Amino acid sequence: MSRKFLRALIAPVSAAVAAVVISSIALLIAGKDPIEAFREMWKTIDSTQSVTIIINNAVPLYISGVAVAIGFKMNLFNIGSNGQYLLAALIAGWAGAEVSLPPLLHVPFVFLVAMVVGGSWALIAAILNVTRNVNVVISTIMLNYIAIGLSAFLLSELFRDEENGGLVAQTKEMPASAQLPPLNALFEWFGFNFGEGVELYGFLPFAIALGIGYYILLNRSRFGYDLRLSGSNPEAALSSGVNPKKMVLITLFMSGAVAGMIGLPYLMADPDFHKYGDAFPTGLGFTGLGIALLGRNNPAGIAAAAIVWATIERATQRLGPIGVPPEIGRILAGSFLLVAVIAYEVAKRRNDAAATAAAAQATHDERLAAGDDDDTGRGSPDGPTPTATPAGGER
Amino acid sequence: MSVIIPNEEEANADPVVRAWHERPHWRIFLWTVVGVAVMSTARLLSGNDDLTSSGTFGVALRTAAPVALAGLSGLVAERSGTINIGIEGMMVMGTIFAGWWGWEFGPWMAIVGGIFGGILGGLLMSLATTTFGVNHIVAGVAINLLAPGVARFMANELFTDVQGGSVTSSPGNSGDIGEFTVPFLSGGELFGWTTPNIMEWLEDTGWFMIADVAGFVLGVTSEVSWDVILTVGLFFGIAYLLWSTPLGLRLRFAGERPSAADSLGVNVHLMRYTGMAISGGLAGMGGAVLVLFANRYQEDQVAGRGFLGLATMIFGNWMPLGTAAGAGLFGYAQGITLRTNPGELVRALVLAAALGLLVVLAWIVYTQNWRAVVPMTAITLVTFWAYFAATEPNNQLVFVTPYVVTLIAVSVGAQRLRPPAEEGIPWFKGMQ
Repeated sequence: MSRKFLRALIAPVSAAVAAVVISSIALLIAGKDPIEAFREMWKTIDSTQSVTIIINNAVPLYISGVAVAIGFKMNLFNIGSNGQYLLAALIAGWAGAEVSLPPLLHVPFVFLVAMVVGGSWALIAAILNVTRNVNVVISTIMLNYIAIGLSAFLLSELFRDEENGGLVAQTKEMPASAQLPPLNALFEWFGFNFGEGVELYGFLPFAIALGIGYYILLNRSRFGYDLRLSGSNPEAALSSGVNPKKMVLITLFMSGAVAGMIGLPYLMADPDFHKYGDAFPTGLGFTGLGIALLGRNNPAGIAAAAIVWATIERATQRLGPIGVPPEIGRILAGSFLLVAVIAYEVAKRRNDAAATAAAAQATHDERLAAGDDDDTGRGSPDGPTPTATPAGGER
Repeated sequence: MSVIIPNEEEANADPVVRAWHERPHWRIFLWTVVGVAVMSTARLLSGNDDLTSSGTFGVALRTAAPVALAGLSGLVAERSGTINIGIEGMMVMGTIFAGWWGWEFGPWMAIVGGIFGGILGGLLMSLATTTFGVNHIVAGVAINLLAPGVARFMANELFTDVQGGSVTSSPGNSGDIGEFTVPFLSGGELFGWTTPNIMEWLEDTGWFMIADVAGFVLGVTSEVSWDVILTVGLFFGIAYLLWSTPLGLRLRFAGERPSAADSLGVNVHLMRYTGMAISGGLAGMGGAVLVLFANRYQEDQVAGRGFLGLATMIFGNWMPLGTAAGAGLFGYAQGITLRTNPGELVRALVLAAALGLLVVLAWIVYTQNWRAVVPMTAITLVTFWAYFAATEPNNQLVFVTPYVVTLIAVSVGAQRLRPPAEEGIPWFKGMQ
């Protein structure tokens, strides 16, 4: 276990080192001192307050990563999660403010609306794929821009809160029954104190539950098996009785439904929001693509990747005063991602080659034991044995 | 040793005798005429002359150019075996370098800079996909996330301390790239003499169909800036390169049958790197065209055009002419949103779509394709209803028009497509 775990760490750690080196070179080109910059970054994150904020910010990124990972597992690239969550957050925020329900019903109601809206929007791409053979990458990205325009239209024409001055385009604030309280009280009960003005938002348990649900669905259910099989070997899936069209429909709906929840941590648990408006964070869906890739579509990996990403974002926030452009954080994260996907691939090929070599050696030994002298060294294990990875997409 | 000479007549005989309207050239011609008639009718019925005015087509050509370059970029990449989802990121790299060099050295260097930035992105992606065999979509997504960060970092370094510049915008290009107008046809100058503008006169008559064609011709032949002309030239250049030169044959070979190419001595990895360098350069030039249009680098000015280019390429069935047609469609759909009264124009376009559907319905009845009648009637009625029921859409909805048009076009067109056989599959020496 632990050796396997350590081996899995080699690729991300070497990617992190490479990313630090690349960012340092970028800083040197810009005439800045990288050591000073990284020291400042460490100082920024080295407090309870910072760690709490990092966790709060990592939660939506984590959901975003899980949303696209569901599709990635069967080579369905839902790159339109950005539009799905914006539309879902708008409609869920509006609907949540319009109804009055007891908290035990109100919270599930907002969840349900967000998931149905996000899932339905993704379902358009799925239907176009199974009926008209439209590439999912293309349709989801087109629907992404359509969703951005549509949500801006709906916000300004239908869902805008007229009473609140009407100057700022935003929905009505959701009532307290739809809000999730912070988790501070729970931790204080255990004797841990966050300090003044620091709140751990209440969406964290839902995110953890989502991760566990994703793991169980993927690894412990018939559907998860079919999904992974469809991704790694579509022909085998087909001959074992999986209906590929049905899989596309269900998987994209689920991916969209989870994407619909990306905005909920802000909507339900962040006291600065509780409503959808022009200030609502955009672009979380695109970040989620990187996080799913970094986390290798695995729930624990996605969680780690989301925390790393949120840490980089937080750490680079206060670089301005010492003269270092905060944009270095985006280079750090981007190069980390690019090197990491390469490192994962190299590690995978090496493992596959080792497995092939071991298998060849075993066959060889078996033959020797059986007294077969005719072995002319076929299937020699030297050199990496390339394995064809399934083609991306379903063109 | 006798050579069997096939009976010439037998070899040339078409196995199916086709009706006149099914012969390819006639069909294209017929549908073009019908299309012009539909647009012209919609213009006359809605009273909105801007639907087919030279101004609209002029803007359409301008907005189509970056998407067309992105499509061409995808075409070269996929023909040489790499699915290039990273076009968007390469265009971003193109915009930042074009904004930088255009500001320092002038508009022509903006194009060179854009191409340079795009090639950097293309080679970086090829390193991941070709050398390391990373899934092409994964690598493309990584490039798309990395490029805006690089662009913002560079903009911060280059433009923040300069008059007129900021982290999201360059100070502006130094100089204008210039325009060209065709003499006689559109009133261009010939040795200092302003020639008569025949097309403008025809357009002003407002005659059914003739004014619309004149508007199109005038729009695409007058005041066309040189970067757009270069774009059109690149379409011919790339088509020639891919289908008429040894290098082009090898590039396509690497995308169709890499193992066979390898056995015939083609360096597959070199070809895939070359393809990605050309692809990146074209995408970067698409970014440069955007910079020249806005006269400066602006953050997020690519706005999904890389993906739109990819969509037009799929719509065009991995062929240059089809890609250009797809980009033209998108350019038109975006062009009308940039005119003075976009809401009305979008409504007129819906009317044109409804009329077009009516023609298609009539065609279906004429060819007695009874199974398609009911769904087509429903779609036609819904479109007419949309025209009469809906009021003028506001700006936020007008913004989505090109994306909706592209999505519809891909859905209608994505039937008998043939992508390169082994695109997107990592290849290494010794693979079958």
